[in-house]
Amino acid sequence: MALATDAAQGTEARARQRSQRKLVGRSMPNFLGGLGGWVWLALIILPVYYVVITSLKNQAGFFGSNPLAPSTSPTLVNYQTVLEANFVRYFMNSVIVTLGSVIPAVVVSFMAAYAVVRGSGRIIGSAHTLFLMGLAIPLQATIIPIYFMITKAHLYDTLLALILPSIAFAIPISVLILSNFLRDVPRELFESMRLDGCSEFTMMWRLALPLVRPAVVTIAIYNALHVWNGFLFPLILTQSPDKRVLPLSLWAFQDEFTVNIPAVLAAVVLSTLPLVVLYVLARRQLVSGLTAGFNK
Amino acid sequence: MSTLLKPKPAMKVRGARAEGPSAWMVVPALVFFVTFAVVPLLGVLFLSFTNWNGLGAITWAGLDSWRTALTDSVTLNALIVTVKIMVYSLVVQVPISLLLGVFTAGNQRYRAVLAVLYFVPLLLSSAAVAIAFKALLDPNFGMGPGLGIPVLAQNWLGSADLVLFVVIFVIAWQFVPFHTLIYQGGVRQIPASFYEAAQIDGAGRVQQFFHITLPQLKYTIITSSTLMVLGSLAYFDLIFVLTAGGPGYATRLLPLHMYLTGFRANDMGAASALGVILVVIGLGLALLLQRLGGNSRSASQLEGA
Repeated sequence: MALATDAAQGTEARARQRSQRKLVGRSMPNFLGGLGGWVWLALIILPVYYVVITSLKNQAGFFGSNPLAPSTSPTLVNYQTVLEANFVRYFMNSVIVTLGSVIPAVVVSFMAAYAVVRGSGRIIGSAHTLFLMGLAIPLQATIIPIYFMITKAHLYDTLLALILPSIAFAIPISVLILSNFLRDVPRELFESMRLDGCSEFTMMWRLALPLVRPAVVTIAIYNALHVWNGFLFPLILTQSPDKRVLPLSLWAFQDEFTVNIPAVLAAVVLSTLPLVVLYVLARRQLVSGLTAGFNK
Repeated sequence: MSTLLKPKPAMKVRGARAEGPSAWMVVPALVFFVTFAVVPLLGVLFLSFTNWNGLGAITWAGLDSWRTALTDSVTLNALIVTVKIMVYSLVVQVPISLLLGVFTAGNQRYRAVLAVLYFVPLLLSSAAVAIAFKALLDPNFGMGPGLGIPVLAQNWLGSADLVLFVVIFVIAWQFVPFHTLIYQGGVRQIPASFYEAAQIDGAGRVQQFFHITLPQLKYTIITSSTLMVLGSLAYFDLIFVLTAGGPGYATRLLPLHMYLTGFRANDMGAASALGVILVVIGLGLALLLQRLGGNSRSASQLEGA
């Protein structure tokens, strides 16, 4: 009896499978969509290809050969020029500013998100409202008062001048995303830890942090990308070459190297390399970091 | 077991004061945000009523800076350029990223590979993108002569008629990948059963797109468009490096106008007035688009799934 039903179910399942296959088989390949997809790929790749091959040409090759043909004798001389033009310094400045902004931003945002989700009271409530408002305001509009404050604090032309406002600007979106994830942690877990006599501080680091670690990584990457590629703060808050970060150095290289376009493009490649490496190593985290908060 | 897992109301009342984190946990973030975002926001309003050249003393100016900012014909032009870039960006980017999002959400292997490559522009900083396109669009050493197509060998960035379209194209090149990701995520959340039902009813691909995909993506479209609109108030660095607002004032949009007024023309008062305008526009648009999204956001779109 049991066997018979099994067999019956088997045929039924197979029949369903067959009808499903028929459904799938009926839809023709989407030629138009495919064509559009390849055209867009060409548009994306062309500038990237141009930058890479040009950075491998010497000056004579750049002026003499077809712009879209790769060099017959590729050279790394432009990369040498860029590295000798204090590139390592700019790179390190970018690393310092990025880490110096992202680590404190994530720590204070995580604590704030924890308080917003678990706590109550007027201070926490109004802080939450402020952060939410921060999401709707174009904060770039505040660069003039920020410039004023930084000069008055004698921080102009220091890396700290870039770090402090970057932390502040990272807080609203970070708190929003982290609190969304913290809300999913079951209350019972906190309750049982509290009954064990743990303090809120212990619960935050020992319970909440490990549970929302993916969100913390996402938000760290999101902020790191913004700070790493940031241009406006370095432009208005620093001046001397030894305080330059990478995006600003690209802009400065344009003036420095003038007609040596291959060297400028070599600097573009070098400044992007760390993110390409990150993309190859941790694509999923990077992708979720970029769209942080827009799909949840 | 179940009693252990349930919060105990009696204890909750007794421990009400001790339970929950104390307010100090929010204080570090609050201090940073107030100091470097809220105070500057009030500061920009204050400075818009003063005279300041960026170095010397700040003097009260009443409405002078506002008069300067608002009667300057460049300001009106900057507003028009901003609106043009905003509208054209939406018109260009929404359909492309929507279609690419639907395309990359498909299951075919080659689509996944293409999606990996589509992402590449997002790795470049705006400064890098601008420099790359400057070189690529060069009429003598760029893609025009490279492809041997004379039409492409134009002085793209030097012509006031063409430059706006170049800027819109470069913005699309840089940001469509991001919006594609958002749409891809949105499409993947649509239950497969909807499409199965439609297929059984004999709906074709185009019909499925217009009757299932598009309506289901309503909120994704609103989110993505909001980001595009607010983003066009912040396309500062890309345009600054690409054209510096030129030729003439052809691509001098509001944020750039603010920067150049303040830090190049040394009129921080007028620049602050422009900053206030920027905040008001941004806030207004954000609220408007929120309203457009409707209050029914919580209503389920998945009924019948």
